[in-house]
Amino acid sequence: MTEAAGHVAAGETLLAGERISLRFGGVTALNDVSFDIRRGEIRAIIGPNGAGKTSMLNVINGFYHPQRGAIRFHGENLARMNPGFAARSGIARTFQNVALFRGMTTLDNLMAGRALKMKRGLFWQLLRHGPALDEEIAHRRVVEDIIDFLEIEAIRRVPVGRLPYGLQKRVELGRALAMEPELLLLDEPMTGMNLEEKEDMCRFILEVNSQFGTTIALIEHDMGVVMDLSSRVVVLDYGRKIADDVPDAVKQDPAVIAAYLGVAG
Amino acid sequence: MHFLYLVFIDPFVQMGMAPDLLAQTLWEGLVSGVLYALIALGFVLIYKASGVFNFAQGIMVVFAALTLVGLYAAGVPALLALALTVAVMFVLAVAIERLVLRPLVNRPDIILFMATFGLTYVLVGMGELVFGGDTKQMIAKQLYLPSGAIDLAMLGGRVTLQKLDIAAAIIASVMVAALAVVFQYTRIGRALRAVADSHRAALSVGISLNQIWVIVWFAAGIVALATGIMWGARSEVSFALEVVALKALPVLILGGFTSIPGAIVGGLIVGLSEKLFELYWGPLMGGGTEAWFAYVVALIVLLFRPHGLFGEVIIERI
Repeated sequence: MTEAAGHVAAGETLLAGERISLRFGGVTALNDVSFDIRRGEIRAIIGPNGAGKTSMLNVINGFYHPQRGAIRFHGENLARMNPGFAARSGIARTFQNVALFRGMTTLDNLMAGRALKMKRGLFWQLLRHGPALDEEIAHRRVVEDIIDFLEIEAIRRVPVGRLPYGLQKRVELGRALAMEPELLLLDEPMTGMNLEEKEDMCRFILEVNSQFGTTIALIEHDMGVVMDLSSRVVVLDYGRKIADDVPDAVKQDPAVIAAYLGVAG
Repeated sequence: MHFLYLVFIDPFVQMGMAPDLLAQTLWEGLVSGVLYALIALGFVLIYKASGVFNFAQGIMVVFAALTLVGLYAAGVPALLALALTVAVMFVLAVAIERLVLRPLVNRPDIILFMATFGLTYVLVGMGELVFGGDTKQMIAKQLYLPSGAIDLAMLGGRVTLQKLDIAAAIIASVMVAALAVVFQYTRIGRALRAVADSHRAALSVGISLNQIWVIVWFAAGIVALATGIMWGARSEVSFALEVVALKALPVLILGGFTSIPGAIVGGLIVGLSEKLFELYWGPLMGGGTEAWFAYVVALIVLLFRPHGLFGEVIIERI
C-alpha cells in the first residue's frame, strides 16, 4: 500500500504503451509515445490543450486504435485494445465531459457499473426470486458501500441528468469504482469544480488509491493537484512525450516550462 | 346554431341514448389501441437503444406474417412454423446488426435512418421473391386462436365481442407488460437503458453494444410477428399491412419516441379516439375519418407538447 503522498510507487509495470502513434487523417495525435503505469501508483498525464492526453486514455481503453505501437497489459502484448476487453480486464474510466446514463438514477448508474459482474439469466431476473435476487442484493450492497464512501447518499434516487456538474462527476467516479477496477483512468476529474469540490475529489482519489490499492492514471490541468497527488508525471506536447519523471523533477524541466509558458527554445 | 348543436351536443345525446353502441365502440377502440401500442413499442425499443427511427418496422410486420403463412403453406405444421418464424426473426436481427448497424456505428443518425429505408426494400423484395405478392389468409385457427363472438346482453342492448379480439387484446397486453417489466427491472433492461443514454459510457462499463442491438432488434421482430398475426387474422396478410404500421407514427408523436408507457397510452388514445370520432362525428363530414383522425390528434399534441405526452425534454447547451 503506498502512502497517500509517498511519491515513488513500488510495484511492477501494470500497463505499458510502446511506441504508440495515432493519426486522424493528416493530424498526428500521438507520435511515437512510450509510457508505463506501475501497479499501485497514481500516474498523471499533463500537457497543454490538444497535446494528446485524452487520445492516450482512449488508446488505453480501446476507443481509439493506434496505427503503430502496442499495449502491454498484465505482461500480454496487444496490438489493439477494445473497450469490452478493457472493461473485462479491470480497466474503468471516466470522461472529460461526463458520460453518464442521464435518465437513470444514481443507484442505477452505479448498478450498471456492475454489468459485467452479474451473471444470472433473464429468467431468474424476471422472477426476482432465488439466485437472481441474492445476486442483486449482493451487488446492491457493494454499490451502497461506494455511495457511502463518496457521500452521495442523498442523491441515490435522483436521475443524474438533474444533478449539478460537480455531483455528476462524483457519480461517474462511483460508476467506475463499481466495476472494482484494477486500473482507473480519470479524464480531468476536477474540471468545472469549485475549490471545496476539488478538495473532496482529491481526497476520494487518494483514498481509492490507498484503501483499495487501485492504480490510477489521471489527466488534470490543475498543477497544484497534479503535484500533490501523483507519484510520476508524463508530459505531452503536440503528441510527443517531452518529459516523464517525478513531479519535482518535471517542475524544473526546461522543456516543460517552455511548453507551458511558450518560451522560445 | 344547428351546426354547433350537431358538433357539441348531438353526439353526446346519442351516446346517452344508446349506451350499448358506445360500449361496443369503446371495446373496438380499445382492441385496435392495444395493437397500435404493440406496433409503437417495436419502434420505441429500437429508437431507445440505437437512436434510430426504424422505418422498416412496418415491413417487418408483413415479413414475419408472410414467413409464418408461407412456411405453413409449404407443409410445415402450424406451431413448428411459428417456432421457425421466431428463429427467422432472430437470424434477421443478427444479420441487421452485422451488415447494417456495425459498419455504420458512430455515423450520424440520419444515415442509419436511411439504412432502414434500404432495409425496407430488401425485405419487400425478399418477401415477394420467396412468398409471392398475392394476398394470403392468416392461419389463425391452426394457431389455436379462437373464432366466433360472444354476445353480451347489457346496457339495454347487445354488445358483441369477437373472441379473436379478446385474444389479441390479452396477448398484446401481456407482451407490452412483459417488455415494460424487462426494461425497468432486469439487468438486461438496465443495460438497454444504459445504451440508450450513452453509447461510450455503456462501452466503458463493459456492456456490449452488439449484443444489446441483437436483443433489441430480435424483440422488435417478435413484436412485429405478434402484430402480424393479430392484424393478419383480423383482415388478411398482404403488403398493405405495412400501412397499419404507419399508424404508429401518430402514436409515437402522442406518447413520445422514448417512452414505453407513452407508447401504451398513445396507442389507446389513438385507438379509442378514432373509433369514437368516426361513429359520432364522422357522418358530419361524410365518414372515412379513421384514416386521418389520428394524425390530427398528433398535430394538436405537437402544438402544445412538442416532446409528446411522455417524451424526454431534450435540453441542449448552446
